[in-house]
Amino acid sequence: MKFTVDWLKNHLDTKFNNNQIIDKLTNIGLEVESFESSTSELDTFIVAKIINAKTHPNADRLKLCDVDIGSDKTIEVVCGAPNAKNGLLTVYASPGSIIPKNQMKLSVSKIRGVTSYGMLCSESELLLSNESDGIIELKNNKYANKIGEKYFKNTSEKVIDLSITPNRPDCLGVRGIARDLSAAGAGKLKINKKPNLKYKGNQNINVTIKKEKAQGCTTFGSCLIKGVTNKESPKWLKDKILSLGQKPISAIVDITNYVMFDLNRPLHAYDADKIDNEIIVRSSSKGENFEALDNKKYILENDMCVISDRSGVLGLGGIIGGTRSGTEYSTKNILLESAYFLPRSIRKTSKQLNIDTDAKFRFERGIDPLSIEEGLIKASELIKQICGGEISNLDVKKIENYKKTIINFDPFLFEKTTGFNVENKELIKILEKLGFNVSKNKKILKLEIPSWRPDITQPIDIVEEIVRIKGYEHINTSEPIKTRLKPTLNYYQKLFHFLQRSVASKGYLETVTWSFTDSKINQLFKENDEEIPIVNPISTDLNVLRNSIFPNLLFYLKKNLDRGFKDISLFEIGPAFKGKNPGDQLTVIGAVRAGKISRLSWNDKERIVDTFDVKKDVIQSLYEAGINKDDIIIDDRTPSYYHPGKSGGVYQNKNEKNAIAYFGEIHPNIIKKLDIKTEGLVIFEICLDYIIASKQKIKDSKSEYKFSDFQKSERDFAFIINKNFKSQELVNIIKSVDNKLIKLVRVFDVFEGENIPEGKKSIAVNVTIQSEEKTLNENDLENINKLIISSVESKSGAKIRS
Amino acid sequence: MSDIKKIKGDYINKLNTENNIEKVNKIKSELFGKNGIISNEFKKLGSISVEERKKLASDLNNIKDELQNKISIKIQEIETKEINLKLEKEKIDVTLPERNIEIGKIHPVSQVIDEISSIFSEIGFSVEEGPDVENEYNNFTALNTPDNHPARDMHDTFYLDNNKELLLRTHTSPVQVRTMLKGKPPFKIIAPGRTYRSDSDQTHAPMFHQVEGLHIDKNINMGHLKGCLNYFIKEFFEVDKIKMRFRPSHFPFTEPSAEVDIGYEIKNGKIVIGEGNKWLEILGCGMVHPNVLKNVNVNPSKYQGYAFGIGIDRLGMLKYGINDLRAFFETDYRWLSHFGFDPLDVPSNYRGLSR
Repeated sequence: MKFTVDWLKNHLDTKFNNNQIIDKLTNIGLEVESFESSTSELDTFIVAKIINAKTHPNADRLKLCDVDIGSDKTIEVVCGAPNAKNGLLTVYASPGSIIPKNQMKLSVSKIRGVTSYGMLCSESELLLSNESDGIIELKNNKYANKIGEKYFKNTSEKVIDLSITPNRPDCLGVRGIARDLSAAGAGKLKINKKPNLKYKGNQNINVTIKKEKAQGCTTFGSCLIKGVTNKESPKWLKDKILSLGQKPISAIVDITNYVMFDLNRPLHAYDADKIDNEIIVRSSSKGENFEALDNKKYILENDMCVISDRSGVLGLGGIIGGTRSGTEYSTKNILLESAYFLPRSIRKTSKQLNIDTDAKFRFERGIDPLSIEEGLIKASELIKQICGGEISNLDVKKIENYKKTIINFDPFLFEKTTGFNVENKELIKILEKLGFNVSKNKKILKLEIPSWRPDITQPIDIVEEIVRIKGYEHINTSEPIKTRLKPTLNYYQKLFHFLQRSVASKGYLETVTWSFTDSKINQLFKENDEEIPIVNPISTDLNVLRNSIFPNLLFYLKKNLDRGFKDISLFEIGPAFKGKNPGDQLTVIGAVRAGKISRLSWNDKERIVDTFDVKKDVIQSLYEAGINKDDIIIDDRTPSYYHPGKSGGVYQNKNEKNAIAYFGEIHPNIIKKLDIKTEGLVIFEICLDYIIASKQKIKDSKSEYKFSDFQKSERDFAFIINKNFKSQELVNIIKSVDNKLIKLVRVFDVFEGENIPEGKKSIAVNVTIQSEEKTLNENDLENINKLIISSVESKSGAKIRS
Repeated sequence: MSDIKKIKGDYINKLNTENNIEKVNKIKSELFGKNGIISNEFKKLGSISVEERKKLASDLNNIKDELQNKISIKIQEIETKEINLKLEKEKIDVTLPERNIEIGKIHPVSQVIDEISSIFSEIGFSVEEGPDVENEYNNFTALNTPDNHPARDMHDTFYLDNNKELLLRTHTSPVQVRTMLKGKPPFKIIAPGRTYRSDSDQTHAPMFHQVEGLHIDKNINMGHLKGCLNYFIKEFFEVDKIKMRFRPSHFPFTEPSAEVDIGYEIKNGKIVIGEGNKWLEILGCGMVHPNVLKNVNVNPSKYQGYAFGIGIDRLGMLKYGINDLRAFFETDYRWLSHFGFDPLDVPSNYRGLSR
């Protein structure tokens, strides 16, 4: 909402200066976005100095001038003036300027083969005098230190731009703003005097508001003004319209706009001679159409509120008029409309047709239903003043009467809500200045709500009115109450926190990517999940919710590889969506690792990252986050986007359906499809929601401290075993030989090939044996050795290597 | 006896100049070996008188001790020299690089969320969460923003169905609704998380982060709201003084509503929070609207309280001098390395919010 201080003073008697007004507006909730002069067409004329004037290479009469316009570089301008010379101060017009004399728009152009960036001006071109015999010569003493500044002072009044919240339609007019300011002590609201207008004759175009279920209009006021002369608006009115940032059109249109911004009362003027017999306010039928004043043709749906005549639709009530009945300079007779349209109907229609106008913006928020006659009178008065004509009696058709809103307000609610007290007397004064009618009934205030405040419907709204006018600075700053109702984080929130930092500590950079992604990449990772399209995506390559974190992670990995980075570790923790309903989402860590370990190391051999690098990262992170080591089982079932032979899943329980984590190489087909160029690429993911919450707190889970001081022994075994036999099972078989004595089993060598039969591999393990009761002798150890060998051989089909 | 003394003197001299470990060992056996000079002298003791023997034995023992001592010192001396010589040869260039260090980082958004949680935890708030996909009711209607309300235009919403029933939450406020529907008052929560709006330019991203706050009890008023936010802002920006301005505003789900500005100035091209004459809007808040409380089955005549919503990304940008919001979500390795935080920098009260 834009207006000038001058305009405000039409409604407000105030001693406040501009800055005080600006501060006050912000303090009462009318946020000032800006307070500055509107830009002027003359802003592009700049004081300049000719640094060097030389003759044009192709024309003796023209000069080529290097001009200093106050910026870093000089500008080259071609000039025909005989007086252009080194050191001359003059006026420069930049490309895009409109030359006042001929209203021509300046562009960069070639003059006799040399490009001229702008122009040096004569007095006559700027309409300063008739002197056209050369460019302006500015006086040195006055202009020498003004190079680069605007030559013309911007005399237009400064414009206040307010951001009005949707609950305050009354402040979409200058008078409403003045009223708020007066309530806040910034002056006195001027009384609107009713002009002494002479009405002649009746409004003889019949108006009918059809009683229909979907009728969006409750009141339609109008009057005829006959014998007008439409013309250009007078300067004062043009200035007002310009200060709104709009273009003056004609007196009649400008006046209706002016009244809308002045009183927040939208109006519409029809050329009465173009109306076919009568006005019918009704609901549209699907397929009806009309051409609106924005020169677009609209095809209507059912139940849109239209103003029509016998020939069809004239316009959309409260939204936009039509070209068929629009006023022109030749218009002689006007029908002026001032109506009330229901916000819901306006909103629905404008959304369906995607139209936004100043009138629509106001009706949608709620116009004062009692301002119909005031609007007609004010506009008629101005039209008569400027365009002449005779005004008919006002005609107001209604299908519904306005009902007053009454609120019973207990002043205690104010203190209870805000924490401070305002005397009843002051409180009543504020409300009355805002236009409330206040009567007292013991402690309770009976309030009649002003018709222009549709936002006020209950006592809490009254509290807000009082506190905002009184000022938020009166609210105390209480010490924070430190009472705690429950622990800050629950188990899964802690897990999130631990895992996030644990993964980062393994050398991964955390990133945050969009929750949406490109369906083309997403479908490589979605497995059996449904695709979740966004109806109105921000772009076609962000058109679905991500089913996995990897589509985005790999997309950005590729970008970083393209930037020339080679060894990259990235991870994200966040949602992966499994369905389109609220809650169909999992919290997941996705991590990628590309490139080499020990690249360009002077002492370590460099190697490509592999599955066991990410296996370490994922397992260690899980341990660090408190997942019990002994509860983890590794399996080779993994989603299809992993390399089928080089990936694994981490399960907490043998029978668990869902893995808590996966790790391994990514499927080569995907790398190919995404065109990722890297030496090695391994990934892992952890699904936090699948981790089984530990029921014990650390303080309960520490078992009794037991240790053995008896001598421990280590024995090595090597087995020849089927290639596909899993080392984890071999270790389990050995451990199960004697859970008490066998403390640790470590796989320290695996190989295939030379001396090993086809389809077999050799696994070497180191077994630590220790008793808690005695020192084991050779005999005891020999027995265990034999047991280990026989168990492994019988349970796995392996053979001990001799 | 004088022979012995002379021999001793000779050997001491020999040992003084000797630097070869083998030669010292040879001397040792010359003196103390089976037929060594000193060993032989001891053997002779048996053949002399008791009187003489006592004296001679004592002298002999002294000489033996002296020589043995000399020999062991000499051996040690030579060994030390040899070791030192050997170690000198083993010297390596310790300025060569260490094995590769892999440095991970925490994203600024995560760090700021942890900072915020830590601060609010100190004054008794617990953390709640809600889903990113919401239904229209929780995101708008329950929050006193009915379908025909122009306030809905303030949120450019991503929808997941044509009936506009399912959407990506446009703010974290639906967590208020979920929290209150599933529990009983009092409530004292914050809810950080992802939020979505379908606009995208230099200062807007289609996804961003908010933290919601909600405190509902019997007598919570606007003074408490002001106190809580004042505390938070001071702690967050780690300044002693903060210039803060509460300004009336409008949100459908709070009444009265306020926007909060903090004072700042630009010094050497950087924003300095807490001083200066410029105002920066950083959050919206207010007293929870009675209609919202009714919608979640809380009796507004018994319970009242405040709610607030803060843009997390924006706070992070201000605190850590990050200029471009879009860069938060573009996964540029250089940016992440530059603005990321060490994983050990866990914000906490006792260790300090940040290093």
